[in-house]
Amino acid sequence: MDSHKLTALVVDDDRMVRIIHGKMLNSVGVKNQVVQNGKEAINVHLSGQTFDLILMDLDMPIMNGIEAIKELRSMGICSTIAGVSARSMESHIQEFMEAGLDEYLEKPLNISKLTSFIHKFYVTN
Amino acid sequence: MLGLGADLLWADMNRLLAFLFHQGVLDEQFLQLQQLQDETSPNFVSEVVNIYFHESEKLLRNLRGLLMEREFSDYKKMGIHLNQLTGSSSSIGAKRVTNVCLAFRAATDHNNRSGCLRALEMLEHEYCYLKNKLHELFQIEQQRVLAAGVRYPVQNN
Repeated sequence: MDSHKLTALVVDDDRMVRIIHGKMLNSVGVKNQVVQNGKEAINVHLSGQTFDLILMDLDMPIMNGIEAIKELRSMGICSTIAGVSARSMESHIQEFMEAGLDEYLEKPLNISKLTSFIHKFYVTN
Repeated sequence: MLGLGADLLWADMNRLLAFLFHQGVLDEQFLQLQQLQDETSPNFVSEVVNIYFHESEKLLRNLRGLLMEREFSDYKKMGIHLNQLTGSSSSIGAKRVTNVCLAFRAATDHNNRSGCLRALEMLEHEYCYLKNKLHELFQIEQQRVLAAGVRYPVQNN
């Protein structure tokens, strides 16, 4: 699938990170929306919107990434979800993956990591 | 002559950037931000970095506030602030600040208050240095843009 036909949701409590990740997605032709925490990510889906990709931060107030992913999967959301975090400890990553992630991307995100991720899930699948 | 001014400023910018990369103050992630800057967002880098400064100063104040509490014990809260600062610092390529954040986080994981205090001092120092240098970089860039603009005055015939 051409990345220009994909849509994405960026979930991160850091405003600067939302701007950067949104701009990166724009630069590879992926239309995107941004929200500030897991609860807003749930609400966007409850409003009827769906996305091909979700970039989900781990540590967020109100609802963190692990809680949000579990909730989204229980709602039947099948989007490709990448956890994005500055954490590098195996135990944290394991817990994040077990919540229902398809991929874990360590911050900082860059265009190369992003395009590899998109290529992995939307060219081979 | 006017074009020479812009060229000299361009050289100054590149020299400063090279210095900051060489010193490990910035890493390749900063280049990623520069690559994202285009005609639709010509001030992308400075806008993003100014948001980083604004948010980081709040986090640094929170960290200092926590550590200065007489009965301080909330290492978990400190860890939350540090996770955010680590993520945002790495996202703009602030390599030395990120490394100090990681050392600071290690001290919080061990509930090491004196280690945390030392790390905070270092973090504040590195952050100030980064801020001063990036302000210098943006000032040179502004001067270069102005100098380049003067070289090609608009002619209305």
